[in-house]
Amino acid sequence: MKKILAVETKLLLRDWPAIVFSLALPVGLLVILGQIPDLAKPNPEFGGQRFVDAQLPAQMILLALLTTSFTVLPGVLTAYREQGVLRRMSTTPVHPSRLLGAHLLINLGVAAVAIVLVIVAGWLAFGSTPPAQIFGFALVCLLGTAAMLAIGLVIASVAPNAKSAPGIGSIVMFPLMFVAGMWIPREIMPDTLRTVSDYSVVGPFINAMRDTWAGDWPQLPHLAVMLVGLALFGGLAVRLFRWE
Amino acid sequence: MKVIEVRNLHKRYPNHVAVHDVSFEVAEGEIFGILGPNGAGKTTTVECVSGLRTPDGGTVRVAGIDPTEDRDALRQVLGVQLQSSALPEKIKVWEALDLYASFYPGPADWQALLEQVGLADKRDARFGKLSGGQRQRLSVALALVGRPRVAVLDELTTGLDPQARRDTWELVEQVRESGVTIVLVTHFMEEADRLCDRIALIDAGRVVATDSPAGLVARVGGEQRVRFRPSAPVEDSLLTALPEVTAVSRSGEQVVVTGTGNLAPAVTLALAQQQIIPGDLRIEQATLDDAFLALTGRKLA
Repeated sequence: MKKILAVETKLLLRDWPAIVFSLALPVGLLVILGQIPDLAKPNPEFGGQRFVDAQLPAQMILLALLTTSFTVLPGVLTAYREQGVLRRMSTTPVHPSRLLGAHLLINLGVAAVAIVLVIVAGWLAFGSTPPAQIFGFALVCLLGTAAMLAIGLVIASVAPNAKSAPGIGSIVMFPLMFVAGMWIPREIMPDTLRTVSDYSVVGPFINAMRDTWAGDWPQLPHLAVMLVGLALFGGLAVRLFRWE
Repeated sequence: MKVIEVRNLHKRYPNHVAVHDVSFEVAEGEIFGILGPNGAGKTTTVECVSGLRTPDGGTVRVAGIDPTEDRDALRQVLGVQLQSSALPEKIKVWEALDLYASFYPGPADWQALLEQVGLADKRDARFGKLSGGQRQRLSVALALVGRPRVAVLDELTTGLDPQARRDTWELVEQVRESGVTIVLVTHFMEEADRLCDRIALIDAGRVVATDSPAGLVARVGGEQRVRFRPSAPVEDSLLTALPEVTAVSRSGEQVVVTGTGNLAPAVTLALAQQQIIPGDLRIEQATLDDAFLALTGRKLA
């Protein structure tokens, strides 16, 4: 398992454009959007916080996680299935599920790097405060990332081939970004949309991130929705995943 | 000692029956060929042997192991090189071998294996940059890295140029020298003829015949022709007196002898006794293609 992890990490680094993109896009957007003067002023809608303090970094973290989970992970796995990498591995004593496990761990690692980068970039660029409830924040990130990776696995399972996987990932990704409040802040969403957002895994994820950023513990309903999402999509991925 | 036993194997897919009824035995240390046209059920057969598919009927034993019952034990004794299985484009040759070696409890020394398959100078090359022949060599190395007793090699040389094909054949012979039993799946008559000790001819999901290449050819009558240009005049009677000879004809300076059995040695021996040298000696024999045609009424390729 250690060796698979080492080799797959090397392979991912050799495909560095995909990784750089999924890391640079959110960090770049954070820095650019943070230049908009209105977003850098204290806003009563966010309890007197500036948009760049927690709202924007949280959204950029979500963007990074969605990109790795929905396009990078399904892309790699469907390519492995298509090229017969999984098939070859299934002729050895090692089950290809080890490869899957290695990729989930690697993507958790990439997610952690993305989260740290966004926080550090926000702090350097606008003096945004790092998350105050750091343990709660870590818990929320772990749970949210795991749930999104599970959705990514479902995408990898249903995608007919390697070419279509990132496309399907994007189709799922944009509505989720919308309900998460990437374009319209949740505070001004109509009630129906906010209800959808509350059950969308990404909505609770954003909310819980902002709570822990402000120093509160995450709310149980938020954690519960993410946990249910993880169980649901994780179970679905296990049932649907095809090795060849 | 039978290392593989397959009895009345049957496998159907949703829309068609891939394998109707296939039985064969492979002895320890031999190169056993599974020869047949595309779509004959060769790959499905070896996939059942390799435990990648569950048969719908019949029994399979590899070194006494039932592939569907005990996949873990099977994978310790069986190395597989499958069609349409590849590696990530950017993995380096040594990384692939090192990785696959780590899957087995007592792996082969992969550095030596790399030498054996002739890829020592490609150690740091990426899989995506290898030629077709080099990929197949690496494939063979990966199938051997777990020190298997049996290696299944499926369509090893399909798509290779003639030189790479010959190099790969030599590699297969070396592997057999090292004591590994080989099951070779192919639709190339020449390949089966050159490498295999015994061959199962498969057509439309059934075994048509199992024999040595020469034995299969002999089944179709085995008429042969020997052509040569004698260094001195030859009487027809000298040759027709031989029991192996059925007819002698001439075409210009060329003598054409038709017959059966050990025709060529008999003819050359008779000529040598008269101090006649057969120049441009050519032996034309029925081939496995002819045998397949005669046994199934269809062409192999």
